[in-house]
Amino acid sequence: MSTPKDVVPHEAAGADPVADGPPGGPVLRLESVRKTYGRGTVVLRDVDLTVAPHTVTALIGTSGSGKSTLLRCANLLEEIDDGAIFLDGAEITDPRVDPDAVRRRIGVVFQAYNLFPHLTVLDNVTLAPRRVHGVPRAEAEQRAHELLARLGLDGRAHEYPDRLSGGQQQRVAIVRALAGRPRLLLLDEITAALDPELVGEVLGVVRDLKAEGMTMVLATHEMGFAREVADQVCFLDGGVVLERGTPEEVFGDPRQDRTRQFLQRIIQAGRL
Amino acid sequence: MTLHSGPVREERDDGRPPAGDGYAPSQRRIERERFHRTRTRRATAVAALSTLVTAVVLYFVITGSPGWQRTRETFFSAEYARQALPKVLEGLLLNLRLLVVCGAAVLLIGMLLAVARTLHGPVFFPLRALATAYTDFFRGLPLIICLLMVVFGVPALRLQGVTTDPVVLGGSALVLTYSAYVAEVFRAGIESVHPSQRAAARSLGLSSGQALRFVVLPQAVRRVVPALLNDLVSLQKDTGLVSIAGAVDAVYAAQIIAGKDFNYTPYVVAGLVFVALTIPMTRFTDWVTARMDRRRAQGGTV
Repeated sequence: MSTPKDVVPHEAAGADPVADGPPGGPVLRLESVRKTYGRGTVVLRDVDLTVAPHTVTALIGTSGSGKSTLLRCANLLEEIDDGAIFLDGAEITDPRVDPDAVRRRIGVVFQAYNLFPHLTVLDNVTLAPRRVHGVPRAEAEQRAHELLARLGLDGRAHEYPDRLSGGQQQRVAIVRALAGRPRLLLLDEITAALDPELVGEVLGVVRDLKAEGMTMVLATHEMGFAREVADQVCFLDGGVVLERGTPEEVFGDPRQDRTRQFLQRIIQAGRL
Repeated sequence: MTLHSGPVREERDDGRPPAGDGYAPSQRRIERERFHRTRTRRATAVAALSTLVTAVVLYFVITGSPGWQRTRETFFSAEYARQALPKVLEGLLLNLRLLVVCGAAVLLIGMLLAVARTLHGPVFFPLRALATAYTDFFRGLPLIICLLMVVFGVPALRLQGVTTDPVVLGGSALVLTYSAYVAEVFRAGIESVHPSQRAAARSLGLSSGQALRFVVLPQAVRRVVPALLNDLVSLQKDTGLVSIAGAVDAVYAAQIIAGKDFNYTPYVVAGLVFVALTIPMTRFTDWVTARMDRRRAQGGTV
């Protein structure tokens, strides 16, 4: 375990959004994480999770099972009650760690996009690089244009988010998260607010990122997609990781009754 | 859609949208539109008639009242108006100066108070409590009492180096009260920004202060511009209250003339001058609001 001092802003070089951390060890590790809301509502109970570099972990489970909370905890948007979270081997839940420095290294994409409506697409993307990472404006904008172009959005750079479709907004949100060259990308049900037609264009981006080796943790209701893209699938139920394994194991041969029930309902709803 | 073919022009005469696809309005639509037109005409006629009747009745009631002759001489004398106008306008300069200086101070202090009230954590408790106490107190204290306390109370202390200038003191009292109002307007704006915006900003690594400055405040301020302008219009009128301290503004200039012959026309003049000053500002407020609504409706730049 490293000292908290090791948690410093991670400035990777190169044009690729995927930055390389220390070789070997897991990018993210949760150890017996417990999280409660208010008085006594346990959202996460003794959750362990290990995310290896360049892998995709899919969190599945019903609404309220703790998927989103897990992601928010991993990004320190929520404070955990017990346990520890490690990023590249360094504990980030140590109270002496500067949470802003941790968040700089983790990209988050939200279900509701959460783009800044008063800023253009370009300003949304360059805000953090310029203000947090200290990148000069010209450089930040050039990189933003590159990323936007890669996601088919370069023509939209000077529009306001409201003018874009849901799928475009979510892709901008992904670009915004990538602009800080994160070590890890957390995707919180990023297609849940989209029309079925628009889901595909966003999932396509995630597929591309996986091909480039980005480490990702995603909470999702798109079982077909989870099955296709994930290296590891975790089924959360009542704040506990009830079942975990490769997609083949979890979807093909679930061991727990709860998992089977859940998948059964998904199949009935025609979503797998 | 284009506007060059024959049938389009025909349709435009009816006020219907042009259609290039050979669309001809159905009987049903024509029927409906005829009904709408009839109803609009009737509503306009009723409104015009009732306005006219009210005006005529008012005119006869006022001019036919027993004291009308006397009232007209005392309040609406052209001679006194001519005499008062230059002095009143001269005084108005002071009101305008007060408006500009106090307005700027009020916006600044109001913003600081609002931000202080939204700070989290035990470290900021004293600041938060102070800001809350301030707004509670000065929002409740009637402006006129605040003015009297400052304008007559401060000089009574006979502090060395502290001004006794009624303009400065009166302006300070205005700032004290209006900052409290404006702070609440700003706070409402800050709280109207959805927490997910802050979460998104923090997730990008922005510090709490950066999230406030680059994400929350720009959105908050935009939302409260109409309310702020409303408070500024109100402040503009209330600059007239510094006259109670003896500063010669438009109201006091009117009072001096009125006091000589007990003719109240100068007050009417001063009142009208204030109204004339307020109207452009109110229209400006409307314009800003409408522009923002339009922008929001389109969801982008204008």
